[in-house]
Amino acid sequence: MKWTRRKAIVGGIVAGGLLGVGFWFARERDRLGSPRLFNVGADEEGLHGWIKITRDDRVVVAVPRAEMGQGVQTALAALAAEEMDARWDQVRVEDPPEHAVYRNVEILIDGLPFSPEEAGTVVEVAHWMAGKLGGVLGVSATGGSTSVRDAWRPMRVAGAVARDLLLRAASAKSGIPVEDLTVTDGEVRRRDGTPVARFGELVGLVGDLTPMAVPTLKKPSEFKLIGKPLPRLDIPAKVTGQATFGIDVRLPNMLYAAVLNAPTFGGDASGFKLRGPQPAGIETVTYVPGGIAAIGASWWRANKLLAEGVDVQWQPGPAPTLDSRALWNRFEGLLQDGDVALTRTLGEERKAATARPFEATYRAPYLAHTTMEPMNCTARVQKRDGKLRVEVWMPNQSPTLVRLVAAKTANVPQAAVDVHTTFLGGGFGRRAEVDLVRQAVTCALAVPERPVQVLWSREQDIQHDFYRPMALARWRATLDVADGEPKLVSVAKRQVAQSPTDQFPARILGVTPRGKPEGNAVENPPYAFPFYRLDAVVPDVAVPVGFWRSVGHSHTAFFDESFVDELALQLKKDPLAFRRELLAGKPRFLAVLDRAAREAGWGSPLPPATGRGIALRASFGSIVAQVAQVTVPDGKSIRVDKVTCAIDCGPVVNPAIVRAQMESGIIYGLSAALYGEITIANGGVEQSNFPDYDAVRLAEAPAIAVHIVDNPAGPVGGVGEPGTPPIAPAVANAIFAATGKRVRTLPLRLA
Amino acid sequence: MIAFTLNGRPASVDVDPDKPLLWVLREDLNVVGPKFGCGVAACGACTVHVDGQAVRSCSLPASAVAGKTVVTIEGLPKADGTLHAVQRAWIENQVPQCGYCQPGFIMATAALLAANPRPTDREVDEALSNLCRCGTYGSIRRAIQRAIALLQAAP
Repeated sequence: MKWTRRKAIVGGIVAGGLLGVGFWFARERDRLGSPRLFNVGADEEGLHGWIKITRDDRVVVAVPRAEMGQGVQTALAALAAEEMDARWDQVRVEDPPEHAVYRNVEILIDGLPFSPEEAGTVVEVAHWMAGKLGGVLGVSATGGSTSVRDAWRPMRVAGAVARDLLLRAASAKSGIPVEDLTVTDGEVRRRDGTPVARFGELVGLVGDLTPMAVPTLKKPSEFKLIGKPLPRLDIPAKVTGQATFGIDVRLPNMLYAAVLNAPTFGGDASGFKLRGPQPAGIETVTYVPGGIAAIGASWWRANKLLAEGVDVQWQPGPAPTLDSRALWNRFEGLLQDGDVALTRTLGEERKAATARPFEATYRAPYLAHTTMEPMNCTARVQKRDGKLRVEVWMPNQSPTLVRLVAAKTANVPQAAVDVHTTFLGGGFGRRAEVDLVRQAVTCALAVPERPVQVLWSREQDIQHDFYRPMALARWRATLDVADGEPKLVSVAKRQVAQSPTDQFPARILGVTPRGKPEGNAVENPPYAFPFYRLDAVVPDVAVPVGFWRSVGHSHTAFFDESFVDELALQLKKDPLAFRRELLAGKPRFLAVLDRAAREAGWGSPLPPATGRGIALRASFGSIVAQVAQVTVPDGKSIRVDKVTCAIDCGPVVNPAIVRAQMESGIIYGLSAALYGEITIANGGVEQSNFPDYDAVRLAEAPAIAVHIVDNPAGPVGGVGEPGTPPIAPAVANAIFAATGKRVRTLPLRLA
Repeated sequence: MIAFTLNGRPASVDVDPDKPLLWVLREDLNVVGPKFGCGVAACGACTVHVDGQAVRSCSLPASAVAGKTVVTIEGLPKADGTLHAVQRAWIENQVPQCGYCQPGFIMATAALLAANPRPTDREVDEALSNLCRCGTYGSIRRAIQRAIALLQAAP
């Protein structure tokens, strides 16, 4: 029963039957967890599941989210430290063990099949239920730009409760009434400033004090850490080579494994034969899910053996002849007459007597993630007291799923699995997947008691990814030209794309795909079109698709914002002015759009062959507008000179991190816009390494200016992904402004 | 047996002479600061110094460093532990995000500035053809300017 429910909730389905599950988070403080939860060592005391103090005066904050560069350790620790009045230089973070209190509630809410604009009782009840259920059945996961949104209150509550516990412990120790005590600069003092106790002196004195029921949180005007560009906690280790990524895990007796995956999607190895004797240093060659692995004392040697010394019989997958041309043809057909999985309309449809249609078709290719750290996972299976125990070390975005899949692979209960999350050398959604867990645990079972580090070559990484779906969209507008001046009557979009949210639970949990589009790909535009219609077709294709930074927004923003620009031209309006018209009555959107335009000098003169393009996208709770300035010096080559970015993400925890994430999202999206294209031939991927799947480098990186729109009272938005969607259309629109040529296919190419 | 100087100390390994330096460092000498990114010298995550030159160690056979001096990110600070100016500039400018490519960028920058203390933007672009998927290029540019200033103040 529990299994079925887990399937249901991970699949994003909120069914009536789930109401029967007990609510763990009926009260806010229930998410605090027990002081024993968070591994408490000697000379430490746990205050609750999120914070412990140490004798040497450190405050250790549990950060159950993956640090993949987005600054999550720093941001979440700052929330707790703020309410605790800790000093920033005494704060450390640790990865806590897997437990319900650490699960990400927001990511489930985000996964519900509603558009963010949708309201009403059903939506509210579903959100409320998902929030309650998150801790019971949810996943400990990092993605969807949800970390700060999820942690904004719980982390601060944890800090406030910790502060109160320390004050009461100090009061008992010193005999000074608690009303006369305060926390300043990370120690307990009298209100007149006299020191009373360092945090370290209170270790062992908090004991059984009951956490306060409802802490009062600070007002934004009282923040000392939140809103400041605090130095990141992870940076010193990352400039000295001391940071441990998954690939850096070193364990006694460890072996290394290289993998060769089947060349066609869904294929597998059905036989293999070494061309010569097993080389020295190679322990074994074995089947793993999807291919074969060579295990030995050197990864380099094992990989060389797979490349040069093994003949493999490959059992083809379901579509061994698939190629990109055939796929595009099929998508073209589906655009005409495919079964529609979702239709949504906004506004009232009106027929114009003198209507003129205008349409444009846009294309986006499959994309690989290419995290700088190639995919890897280290596992060990040991027998202890007659029972198997599994340990996994992995740079991953979802330890709950890692544990689940490791347990299934080794056929042990989940309680027999420990998961250690290292630093991630990039995530971008690729590390939400658990394909490497199956392979690593399978290898570990083949060499019992010894840890095995499975690492993929870059070629395997690019050819066996879960790709950003390729997508085709046709936008149609009806213009009324009755009185000479064209007026917009209606717009309609029909799009064809596979659904990662359908495939993900299917491949991990065996849930039957529902054939529904991925939520981000069908969010409503912010614009007040007189009438809007969306029809989404979700094809069943053998190519595995997954979550790629900003997910559906990564292609739909290109379709939508390119088309809005084209519409402006049809209506003889300035692209900025036209967007402003359609955003009347939406001050948050207008403020962001106007800020980007103003800072970019929208409308001011430019050199020849240079143009500006603007694009706007709300995603993951934030609103981002970008203006790209592009020069096309020879009618062919595209040079992005400058990007001006404005964001409203609500309250800002760390402005330096927000800026870094905008720059990061822009470069990631620009790499895709200028170069990213995965093509299919013979049922597999044609590209194999950076020389044929490149990304923006220093020489091509534009100057980027980021402006944060002040909105401290707004809803908390994400920042990891929202910087990515607007850049491709901003550049495409700028190319049009510079050359008069409209590029409707990604990656953007002229001539 | 291949003998060389690694981060100021003698090192010797008995390995296949074709084994790339990167894997000798990571697997045989437990020096994991240099990272594996592509295996074809296309991303620069594995950059180390060989006799002061920035080299992509994933594509350099170990036999090529016999008798030479190899420095990795671990050996970049001074003997007393003081961080190299490039590392300090990287911290001041809060460059790393995921951080995986940064040892390579830092090593490439240190070699560039040792050879050319005041590089032009174009020289920087040419010397730093490394790949960073987090897009830290803007802060890398700022940090390089800071490192240039730090090195001029106290070389």
